[in-house]
Amino acid sequence: MTRNEDDPIITLISSIVAPFIMLFGLYVIFHGHYSPGGGFQGGTLLAAGIILLRLALGSELGKKQFPSRLGIPLGSLGVLIYYGTGLAALLLGGTFLNYAFIPFTRLASHNRYWGILSIEIGVGLAVMAVLVAIYDDLLEGEPRV
Amino acid sequence: MIPTNAPALPPLLFLFTGLLIPLAAFKLRRLAYWLALAATAAASAVAVSNIFRVLDGGAIHYHFGGWLPPIGIEYVLDPLSAFVTSVINVIALIVLIHARRTVEADLPEGKHVPYYALVMLMMAGFNGIVVTGDFFNVYVFLEICSLALYGLVAVGDRKSPVAAFRYLVLGMIGGCFYLLGVGFLYMSSGSLNMADLKAILPVLGARPEVIVALAFMLLGFGLKMALFPLHGWLPDAYTYAPTATSSLMAPIGTKIGAYVLIRILYFVFGLGFITKTVPAATIIAWLSAAAILYGSIQAMAQDELKRMLAFSSVAQVGYIGLGIGLANAWGLVGALLHILNHGLMKACLFLVAGNFRMKLGHSRISRLDQEARRRMPWSTAAFTLAALSMIGLPPTVGFFSKWYLAWGSIRNGSWVFLAVILVSSLLNAVYFFRVVERLYLKPADRPPEAEKSGAAARVRSEVGASMLIPTLVLAAALLAAGLLNAFIVKGVLLKILPPGLAGMNP
Amino acid sequence: MSDFLVGHYFYWFVFLLMTIGLFGIVLKKNLIKKVIGMSIFQVAIILFFVASASKWGATVPVLDPKLGAADTAKYINPLPHCLMLTAIVVGVATSGVAFALIISIWRRFKTLDEPELLAKMRHDPD
Repeated sequence: MTRNEDDPIITLISSIVAPFIMLFGLYVIFHGHYSPGGGFQGGTLLAAGIILLRLALGSELGKKQFPSRLGIPLGSLGVLIYYGTGLAALLLGGTFLNYAFIPFTRLASHNRYWGILSIEIGVGLAVMAVLVAIYDDLLEGEPRV
Repeated sequence: MIPTNAPALPPLLFLFTGLLIPLAAFKLRRLAYWLALAATAAASAVAVSNIFRVLDGGAIHYHFGGWLPPIGIEYVLDPLSAFVTSVINVIALIVLIHARRTVEADLPEGKHVPYYALVMLMMAGFNGIVVTGDFFNVYVFLEICSLALYGLVAVGDRKSPVAAFRYLVLGMIGGCFYLLGVGFLYMSSGSLNMADLKAILPVLGARPEVIVALAFMLLGFGLKMALFPLHGWLPDAYTYAPTATSSLMAPIGTKIGAYVLIRILYFVFGLGFITKTVPAATIIAWLSAAAILYGSIQAMAQDELKRMLAFSSVAQVGYIGLGIGLANAWGLVGALLHILNHGLMKACLFLVAGNFRMKLGHSRISRLDQEARRRMPWSTAAFTLAALSMIGLPPTVGFFSKWYLAWGSIRNGSWVFLAVILVSSLLNAVYFFRVVERLYLKPADRPPEAEKSGAAARVRSEVGASMLIPTLVLAAALLAAGLLNAFIVKGVLLKILPPGLAGMNP
Repeated sequence: MSDFLVGHYFYWFVFLLMTIGLFGIVLKKNLIKKVIGMSIFQVAIILFFVASASKWGATVPVLDPKLGAADTAKYINPLPHCLMLTAIVVGVATSGVAFALIISIWRRFKTLDEPELLAKMRHDPD
């Protein structure tokens, strides 16, 4: 960490491992509602994959995949996906977050299944973006908004 | 759709706007303020209409996700939550109108958009705490509003990160204690719903875990409410925060803690538990009496206007705590009325402090003199009216809440509390008249040649309309609410009282 | 008496952790150590909830076809676990805000030691 030249071992291993971390993160998000996992856990893994690249490759190269200015807007977008699912339920006749009213399929229980999946995706996106934004902010200074 | 979804609308509106502002104002920065103002106006309208809806039709229950309690989370709109949401939303609206210019002046350009987003999240948290009927949901919204507040306090001047850090550590401990209390309650009863626990607790009786749960929950929200001796974060946080933050935080933040205390003590645990089984009401009453005296005495020693108002807030929260701790109808009505009154008074005072900072560049009492009054006559007038109200002169609104509290103490036979209320009014007079005397009577030192061109030298530099009108509206509201206080008490507050309390015989 | 001490051993452990956390917040002078103490205190409360959910001889709360759904004593209580997911996220967010504030304090006052910081604040002209 105190050397300035790039270490080829770190560069190579992190570039190989990071996609697998992110794939595992996606798996954890999608299997959250009937096995251990969920939005927050998967989002943290996705963020770990991104931060690994930032740590290993340095500031400029590590930010090519996920630029820092995307952090807060993507976080808002993720929570708005969550909110939008709930709002759709409210506008379609039920109370807020009552997924049975969103017409994904014809059965009410299947609608709840797809509703929960939709909010987990929103949460995963939000957590990933916000954790990366916290990392960037602590390292650089004031974020540009 | 609005009537059926009415309980959930205020927090949902604020949450939506708080999430929308970083996205929508990405390109167009000025949009952030107008979105925030629109959301607050809409939420105030819903909240005020909710009072009428609830007074006509009875309590409204809203089940999130369609799951019925006690499995699901429900939002309950009864007269108490409708009253408190209206108070906080309307005061927030008036303060937000004032905030535009001070935010432009105090904060660097890149921070405006996140500032308004955090303000929206804070209001969402406040509204959520008030409306929800589930104990853990209170914790969730408590953390939402606390996190937003830490950020809002920290963007001020040089010393604000230290004040925000102290607030963060203490606020976190308070939240954790509350969570611990909820945990004990859940473990002994198996339910997190407030109405359900109200039915279960008499069956459980006075077990150790229930008493400890009550103690932890009171500690947690006593810290949020800044009840003496848990007030340590308050003076620094109010002083070093930017003007808009102090004006939003001071009238509203501590009231939320008071609301939760009323809800837990009177509506869940019940009057018998808090007076006979555990002397919780007595402890709160004595701590509040200490808070009143401590806050007033400390306020007399301060030089900075905002710091003086912060210690004055500690004292005023003591009044609300005293009303809660008296455990009779008069005391509770006094506490509820003081929630409204102190909100109006403190908002007006902090707005005037913001006006002074804007035009005079400082808000130090020792540097105020007649020059300040000549330059800003309207702000000074508003300050004087609010000061008279804090001291408790009729027909301003501050008199009536002290009247009810005094009657409550007399009913209980607690002459010590009556003496505390009267002595503290005298102490309030001391520290407020210190400022008023300087503004009206202390001659400004001018060079002699300026004396000759007397009229031309008087420069009126009052703040602009967007800052002056909210100040004057609040000052006028102090008089109006005072004159109309019988309507407020009979129409709204008497309906809030839980059935266990004896009526208010004149 | 032995059930009070040995039967509830996990709650004694949680109590010890909470004390360590509070000790850190109150008695340590460095701001980062205070944040560490706060974090330990929060984790202790999370462990408290999780411990209250477990039952002797029970398994994870995922429906097992062999055990069936009738007897709830065979599955641990999942509700405190869900509540603690929220509490963990709150802890993460608060630690993030705390560290951002610490960086801001460092930039302005160049010290993270609390007595030194308070002395600097007292002499700071504002």
